[in-house]
Amino acid sequence: MKHVPRAANLPEHLANYPEYELIVVGGGPAGLAAAVGAYQAGLRKILIVERDTFLGGILNQCIHNGFGLHHFGEELTGPEYASRFIDQLEGTTIETALDTMVLSINNTDAWRYIHMMSKAEGYQVLRTKALVLAMGCRERTRMQIQIPGSRAAGIINAGQAQQFVNLEGHMVGKRVIILGSGDIGLIMARRLTLEGAKVVACVELMPYSGGLMRNIVQCLQDYDIPLYLSHTITDIRGKYRVEGVTVQAVDEHFKPIPGTEVDYEVDTVLLSVGLIPENELSRAAGVQIDPHTSGPSVYENGETSEKGIFACGNVLHVHDLVDYVTEEALAAGQAAATFVKQEIRGSETPNEQNRIEPGQQLTSSLIALKTDDHIAYTVPQHIRLDKLVEMDKNVRIFFRVRQNYPEPTRVVFRDGQGKQIAAFKRPYMAPGEMENVSLPMTLLKQMSGQELKLSVEEIA
Amino acid sequence: MYDLAIIGAGVVGCCLAYECSRYNLKVLLLEKENDVSLGASRANTAIIHGGYDPDPDTLMGQMNVPGAYLTMDRVETLDVEFIKTGSLIVGFDEKDAQVIQEKYEKGLINGVKGMEILNGDEARDREPQLSPEVTIALWVPDSGVINPWEFTLAHAEVAVREGVDLKLNHEVTGIDWQEDHYLVHTPEESFAARYVANCAGIHADEIHSMVAEPAFKIEATRGQYYVLDRAVGEIIKSVIFPCPNALTKGILVAPTVHGNILVGPDAERIDDKENTSTTAAGLSHVAQNASRCVPGLNLRSNIRNYAGVRANSDYGDFFLKIVAPHFLDIAAIKSPGLTCAPVLAQEAVKLLQGEGLVYTPKAEWDGTRKVVRFKEIPEEDRAAFIADHPDYGRVICRCETITEGEIVAALKRGLPVVSLDGVKRRTGTGMGRCQGGFCGPRIVEILCRETGISPEAITQDKAGSYILCGPTKSEVQEEERA
Repeated sequence: MKHVPRAANLPEHLANYPEYELIVVGGGPAGLAAAVGAYQAGLRKILIVERDTFLGGILNQCIHNGFGLHHFGEELTGPEYASRFIDQLEGTTIETALDTMVLSINNTDAWRYIHMMSKAEGYQVLRTKALVLAMGCRERTRMQIQIPGSRAAGIINAGQAQQFVNLEGHMVGKRVIILGSGDIGLIMARRLTLEGAKVVACVELMPYSGGLMRNIVQCLQDYDIPLYLSHTITDIRGKYRVEGVTVQAVDEHFKPIPGTEVDYEVDTVLLSVGLIPENELSRAAGVQIDPHTSGPSVYENGETSEKGIFACGNVLHVHDLVDYVTEEALAAGQAAATFVKQEIRGSETPNEQNRIEPGQQLTSSLIALKTDDHIAYTVPQHIRLDKLVEMDKNVRIFFRVRQNYPEPTRVVFRDGQGKQIAAFKRPYMAPGEMENVSLPMTLLKQMSGQELKLSVEEIA
Repeated sequence: MYDLAIIGAGVVGCCLAYECSRYNLKVLLLEKENDVSLGASRANTAIIHGGYDPDPDTLMGQMNVPGAYLTMDRVETLDVEFIKTGSLIVGFDEKDAQVIQEKYEKGLINGVKGMEILNGDEARDREPQLSPEVTIALWVPDSGVINPWEFTLAHAEVAVREGVDLKLNHEVTGIDWQEDHYLVHTPEESFAARYVANCAGIHADEIHSMVAEPAFKIEATRGQYYVLDRAVGEIIKSVIFPCPNALTKGILVAPTVHGNILVGPDAERIDDKENTSTTAAGLSHVAQNASRCVPGLNLRSNIRNYAGVRANSDYGDFFLKIVAPHFLDIAAIKSPGLTCAPVLAQEAVKLLQGEGLVYTPKAEWDGTRKVVRFKEIPEEDRAAFIADHPDYGRVICRCETITEGEIVAALKRGLPVVSLDGVKRRTGTGMGRCQGGFCGPRIVEILCRETGISPEAITQDKAGSYILCGPTKSEVQEEERA
């Protein structure tokens, strides 16, 4: 990962760029916390660009409880959680541009140029020292998972249904089947039931749920909605509006098993089949994307492969708890602030702490994180040990496992020579629940080679 | 009394309405659905064919080349999205080489210009992603890809602006001859018309049988497709057809005017003419054959599957005939029907003239149309344009960068719009990777605001495809409190 400055191909008449220390793309939970983090770390010239007409992003339509247990130690609704951060903007110099779409990002060595537009302000080009990507994610669609059948109305993504029901007060259907057991789908099963719809079943392709255990209990079990694991929808019928679906059991290769067909009469198919980080803007800016997360590949401080561009929240990897988004985003904002200060101070200033200690086996301070087959990904993907030393910090590693671990196991970090660097016990792990560990800098200093592999191991 | 009633507002019916709007005629365009272009005209392969394929002794063979050139001219007049990509028909063995030689010779007779037979390496010079096993190819430069529903819509918009009466949601259920005119019946009302043109697509045989003995049978043939994400990039520049062989008709790979890659179709006779459902078997057939010509193709970047129903028939050619007094069939319009539609319309005008329909040109007629597409505005002009037109500064569809200004303009072009897909066909909203997940609710809001219809009356697509079913309990309680 190296920084390749790109020539800024900009129209002459726009050359009078408003300048910022930090621009944050996205005003949801990640963007808000990143801006707050950078402000707390001393930046003053900060702008949040939000495409919607309000701040808070997807939290606004999450009117259920359960946010903030980790971060605030109390249960809040989505809008309440968002307002905790929106309120913090009051009295700061953080500016916001609402109803504004960022069209492109142009990265150069000294500045990051942002092309954006809105109805109110028209077309603008701004430039900033640091940029935080916080665009969130979008829902995987019925088309991406290729369910054949009719393209009748009534096939709707859970998040869109949530927007119609919670924000705009419209019902989306009367008899509903849910495909996928992601958290939004589970939440919507309860919501639609409370609004008078009949949710006939929740169907999940995998042998485990993709959602949080607490949501399975509180949103399905408490309302007697059956959850069928290792099942999927194999046909959708209906000429104009959905009239019915066929559900089938699948084998271990996810192939439908003939003879297991069950038909349901429904007018609505609600899909909660995964979220995809929205990185079209990042890609166009040259940011390298990790195929395992579909988000930017980042260093220990949230910096991407492009100089001065940081990422946090669901654009980086899909979270299940907003509390972790906040934590990650505060850190990314702080890291962006550190970057800006260093840029302004000038990189020629020698940093004493930056040196690797004598006798250390490291030939370079760049560590690549790898995983075994049981782990889907890690964030960050790279650690610059010198930066950690400089910040005097441990590094928090987020990861997801690929299967259920109902019995206690260990997650182990080993270096290229197989030497155990650190190990952490876990009583229970599941793909639907993001894990994290804090890896002490002192342990990292003891590794040899430049590869650190994370694996799941049995407790001996 | 109408001079002419056109039954069916697909590409042929709309081209005919456009042609007729040049003259002092009272023209009625009847459509059973809630918008124009809802049959084969919207779900097809979107190709303007070069003309090497149809037999020279058919109307298809004779009309293809003039049709392609007239279409390429018409897309300029009507500001319709079109890219002259050229086509490559690729072969893998001696048998294919023979087929390509035959197509080349047919093309020469049909008047196709600029054809070249290439060897495998020459073909790969044009298309580097082409299979290394391709040994021969036919290059046909004067062909391309079009936005087929916009092509249809554009003709309809101009026709309506120039005086044609369009009646949507009017399904023809019977036609009676009344000495010197027809009564065309729909459940809503009956219309008197001196002449009738049957452009009813897959239902053309049924309409035909209302006035004449059966002469042909439509054999509805479904084809299924994949549309790949724009992120796949420009892996091919031209339309790539495999040579048809005994095993398979071949799955083609084509760019679209929107920057996607289109893969398909299969071909399957179906009984229910309106069954545009996709099937596991059909899609897997397309998937298995997709990468034969372009091995690098990755269907995991699929953003949309669809199926269209072709109006194939047992007649084997376009059925363009006067079949009863004052009654013209323009039927059995299968591929290359889209390419030939503007020429078919011109021929239809002549045939109706032969039946006694008198044409006097209007003193003033404007056959042009202009559309603003934000994405096409050069970067350096955007600031000035948005300053004058603030609506174009607000992005509604983020995947495809479609602005509020484009949506509002489309709603004001004369044709009623009541569906999300109607907005999609006019502007491109919801055609991207999120498939309308984000912009759907906002477009519902804009449609309600601009047209005054209620959210519950807005459909996804055809009448009956409602999206919302009334207010939530909490909304009702809130209203009651208020």
